[in-house]
Formats: sequence, structure tokens, C-alpha cells
Amino acid sequence: MRESGSVRRSRGADPVIAWLLLLPAVALLALFTHYPAVANLVHSFYSTPRANHPSTFIGLDNYRNLVEDPVFWKALVNNLWYAFGTIPVSIALALLMAVWVNGRVKGRGFLRLAYFTPTILPMIAVANIWLFFYTPEYGLLEQFLGWFGLGGHNWLGSRDTALPAVMVVAIWKEAGFFMIFYLAALQSMSPQLAEAAAIEGASRFYFFRRVTFPLLMPTTLFVLVNAVINAFRMVDHIVVMTRGGPDNATELLLYYIYEIGFRFFDSGYAAALTMVLLAILAAAALLQFGFLERRTHYQ
Amino acid sequence: MGRTMRFLRVLARAATALFVALCAAPAFAQAPVEVPFYYPVAVGGPITKIIDGYAADFEKDHPSIKLKPIYSGSYQESIAKALTAVKGGDPPVTSILLSTDMYTLIDEDAIVPFDGLIKTDADRKWLASFYPAFMENSQTGGKTWGIPFQRSTVVLYYNKDAFKAAGLDPNHPPGTWKEMTADAEKLTKRDASGKVTQWGVQIPSSGFPYWLFQGLVIENGINLMNAAGTEVYYDKPETVGALQYWVDLVNKYKVHPPGIVDWGTTPKDFLEGRVAMMWTTTGNLTNIRKNAKFDFGVAMLPANKRRGSPTGGGNFYIFKKSTPAQREAAFEFIKWVTQPERAAQWGIETGYVAVRADAWDTPEMKKYVEGFPAAAVARDQLPFAKAELSTHDNQRVTKALNDGLQAALTGSKSPAAAMKEAQREADRLLRPYR
Repeated sequence: MRESGSVRRSRGADPVIAWLLLLPAVALLALFTHYPAVANLVHSFYSTPRANHPSTFIGLDNYRNLVEDPVFWKALVNNLWYAFGTIPVSIALALLMAVWVNGRVKGRGFLRLAYFTPTILPMIAVANIWLFFYTPEYGLLEQFLGWFGLGGHNWLGSRDTALPAVMVVAIWKEAGFFMIFYLAALQSMSPQLAEAAAIEGASRFYFFRRVTFPLLMPTTLFVLVNAVINAFRMVDHIVVMTRGGPDNATELLLYYIYEIGFRFFDSGYAAALTMVLLAILAAAALLQFGFLERRTHYQ
Repeated sequence: MGRTMRFLRVLARAATALFVALCAAPAFAQAPVEVPFYYPVAVGGPITKIIDGYAADFEKDHPSIKLKPIYSGSYQESIAKALTAVKGGDPPVTSILLSTDMYTLIDEDAIVPFDGLIKTDADRKWLASFYPAFMENSQTGGKTWGIPFQRSTVVLYYNKDAFKAAGLDPNHPPGTWKEMTADAEKLTKRDASGKVTQWGVQIPSSGFPYWLFQGLVIENGINLMNAAGTEVYYDKPETVGALQYWVDLVNKYKVHPPGIVDWGTTPKDFLEGRVAMMWTTTGNLTNIRKNAKFDFGVAMLPANKRRGSPTGGGNFYIFKKSTPAQREAAFEFIKWVTQPERAAQWGIETGYVAVRADAWDTPEMKKYVEGFPAAAVARDQLPFAKAELSTHDNQRVTKALNDGLQAALTGSKSPAAAMKEAQREADRLLRPYR
């Protein structure tokens, strides 16, 4: 960097060029990220414009409605369950699969591909496949359970099983994606560490617990951030599989925002909901970077 | 450096020239009237090809009009696109959207009524030719806001082979709720372990359960809303009674699968022989006809206090932000595409109910019905049909009912409690419009 700095000083017109080069990125970011976020905050203090009543400043009314909206609370609680259910399981599975296919297993190329396939598929396609798995009576799962005399479930059609059912889909989709990061990290790990541990007589589990896992922390942090974001961001399968039903049992925050914004066209209220989602994600990111970053060991 | 600047300057000049040329272009050409036209696709079949064919034929007859059909996704996506375009100031001139979107479009001040365009006696005669059941969802406050195009109703499909196997007359579908219950009890088959291998009847309850439920409510003597779209009757005894019957089919008679029954897989359940009778749209007729490996029948929905079914499907609307010439052109197209011959052709190609009586008198349609009498059931049911649930703030008011229905069907609330709650929510939403 120092070299380029001295070069810059020697040529007077360069800041113009630098700004011109930055302009497209800055303009796009400002236009599609920063401006919408600020505009959204402003909108959330205004009523939704209707033909006969233009938008007026209503202060915190949208937020007050939110507190009194049972569907919002239901969506929030659902989303927290969804996050707590999907994040640890998909990360644990990813780690397990990565360690498994990192070793010398027969046909590991095929295994890796198999684990990664769900990631390549679009979520809409995945949801349609699982829709068939969950179909009552003749769906794959029901047929399988039927052999053991355990059939007779309507997985997506009953309030108790609908949310877990869509969580399983998310885990299935996510785990393979996270596995790739773990696999890359494992591959870049020096084999000398394992050799040294073997010479010292450490058991494989001890080695994993005290060496491999700590060295994977940067990856875990990265994966965790992604998993949290995805837990609040992925709703494609909800659209295909349940549309938030039955009776809001699978209503998630982002899907609810979509419904309010583009089915009910209540843009003011949708803006307030968006701010809540933004606040949750910002808090999660701060927590992760502030807390875990300090405990993460970078090589 | 100097070279770079020169290059940038040339680039800027070229861009300016291009921009000016683009802006000026429409001013020079005396273009034909352009009519952008959004249409959704909600049933199987080559809808896009058919619509493009209509547009080409229409332009041949009307060289001064340039019709631009734009596929806009499902109904849900289409209304979202159209309203977003209205807010962005660039809506289509005309669009096919759900008939139930009428109040939403009026409240958003997005559309104009057809009354200003209907001038001649021929126009008035044309307007009077549509089935009154379809016009209920197209007119309010003495004005016509929509023109019926792709419309449907709910009908009962039944498996004649299963009827025979159960010792029932395959040519006598259930005519009343009592008969449907009795038939369904005979049609429900269980294996040795008590597991059901064939259900008697199935009414889908995912996505938009209100539509099928409305059939039950109308049969029980009332409709769900007033004509002004400001009142709903979710907690009336007739409504609660209709829901009680649906819940009873599941819990008391045990002839209907429990939980939420998916709309999309219901035709498949029927084709697989998992269910002997199903309630679904006439729009599935072509699909069932092609894929059923057994003899099937189509019947009107069974009656309780009366026969009944809601109408459904899409209407033409004309958007406000358009020039008078564009409106005239769109109106011309709407009249052209709803002529009896074309309405008949559209019905045959898609399975939608032809929207006017004289379409059924065309030779083409007569031949079709002769070879496939099931196609006429929807028409025969029309005199009993009522408008689909539609109010101000329609989607939300409807969601309140959907949530209540699903709560009752999954057993978390009693029908009376669920409907009372739905009514309270709907009243809260509708208060500003009264």
C-alpha cells in the first residue's frame, strides 16, 4: 500500500480516476442498499398511502399495531424456533459430513457430490420434492412409515408437525453448503499436526476436540453468520409448501413481510416489520462478531 | 491521461446522443395505439400460446392497435405487479386479474369503470349477455368495473368405478349433504389395521380454503358478504353450521382426511383412487379427463338448504392511467375476445366456463358438450352460483377467515369460536370502509 501511495502523490489527476473507478460500486450500493434502508425507516413512520388518503406522518403507530398483532408475535416465535432448530443441527451435520468425506473413504468423490447436491438445487425445486415426501397417504415418508405400521400423518397439514417439517427441509438444504466450507478448511490444515498428535499418543477424539475444532473456529464463525442470516432469509419453501399455514403455524417473519407488503399492500406496516427484522439481524451480527470473534483463533 | 479523458468525453457524447435519440423517437413515429396487457396463467395448458394467437388475430382485424400481451405470473403475482406498476406510474392499459381484486383496485384508484366506454346499444347488449352470477363480482355501486373472461366454479368430481364397487348407482351423484355423507361412508374403505385406503370425500383446505368453504355456506342459505363489500357474515349460524358440517365429515363421520388437505395434490389423490369424491374447480376438468384411468363423473355441489357454489376466476380491468385512445382500444379488444365464438373456443381450450349463454349455442360448443357432457355441469350450476368472497381490504379480510377455517379443521378451536374470532378481525379491518 505504501508504494502505491507514493505513486499517487506524484500524479495529480489520479483522485478523479480513483473516484470514477469507485463510482459504479458506490452508486449501486447507495442506490440499492443504503437508500432503501433509510427510506424504509422513514416509511415506517408514515401511514400507507391509499387513493383517498395520502400518506401522513403517524409516528410510532405502525409499531404500536405490531405489538398488538398476534400474527406478528406468532411469526416471531416461529422464526426463533426455526433458527434454534435449524442452525445447530445443520452446522453439526455439516461438520460431521466434512470430517467423514475428508478421510480416506471409498467413493468419497461421489459422497461429496451427494452431500453437496441439495445446495445446487433451487429452493423451489427442493420444496416441491419435499412436498411429495410429505404428501399424506402415498407420499414417500408415509409409504416408508407405513411398512412399520406408523403411517397416517399429515405432516404439513397439522399444526404440530408443519413447522418441524419445513425445518427439516432447511437443514437438508443448508448442511451440504456448510460442509463445503468445513471441507476446504480441513483440506488446508497441515497434516503435521495430526502426525505430531499421533506421536504424542493423543486419541482421535481428543485431537478433534483440542486441535481440529479450535482451528476450524474461523470457519464456524463464518458458517454461523451465514446460518443466522439464512434462518431469517429463506422462505421460498414456505411459499411452495404451506404459505404460512395451517393457521399461521409456519408463518416466518420474512414471509409475513411479503404478505403484508405484496398481498395486503400495506407498505407502511411492512416497513415497520422490516425494521424489526433488520434490528434482529443487526443484533445477531453484533453478538457474533463481538463475542465469538474474540474467542476465535486465527492461524 | 489526456487520452483517457478524451476517451471519456467521446463516450459521454455518444451516450448523450443515444439518450436524445431514444427520447425523441416516439415523437417522430405516428405509432399505432399501444395497449400493454397483463395476463396471468392459473391452469394447465398452453395458455401463453392461445393468448398470443388471440392478440395476433385481433391485430389483423384492427391494424391501428398494437396489443402487447405480457405474461405476469400467477394471479397473486399479477396483482402485485399491476399495483406496483400503478405506484410506479406505468401500469398496463388492461389486465386480467381476479374478480375479487375489484375492491382493492377501486380503493387504490387504479381502474376506471366500463360505463364511460359503453355508448352504443350494441355495447349495452353485449354487457347484458354475460351470466348474472359472473357480473355480481364485476359490478358495485351501480358501475361495471370488470368484464368476465376466465371464470370458473366449484364442482364435485366422483369416481364412478368406486361408486359401483361400493354398491352405489354410478349415475346418481349425491344431491344433498345427507346423501354425500351417506355415500362417503360407503365409499370410505379401511384395511385390516383400520388404516383408510380410500376416503369418501375431500375438500381441499390449503391456500384458499375460503373458496370451497363458501360453497358450503351458500348451500346452507347465505353468502359470506354484502354487495358493497363492507360486511362479512363469518359468525352467522349458517356459516358456523357449514363449518361444523365440514369438521363433522372429518371427526364425526370419519369420511374426510384429517388435517389440512392440499389444494394442489387433491386432483392427484382423486386420480390415484385415494379419494372417491373431491370438490375442486372446473378448471381441472381437462386434466382429470386426460389422466383418469377410471370412469368419472362431474356433478353440481350437493345442496343443503339450497344448491350453490361460488364463482371464481379472472376479469378484465382497464387502468386509469391511460389515454382515451388506449382505453377505447383496450375496450375494443375486450369486446372482440368475449364474442360468443371466442368465448366458446376459450372455454374448450382451457376448461373455463364460457361466460355468456349464447357461447353455449355455438356449433363448436354444442359438439364439444355432446362428446363430453361433464363440461356443461358448471354451466347448469351457474343459476345457483353466487359471487366469490370479495370485500374492501380483501386479502386481509379473507385471511382472517382462512386462519379460522384452518384452526377449526386442525382442531385447535371449535367452529363457533374460530368464526367468532375471524368475524372480530374482519370487523376491525372493515370499519374504515363503512
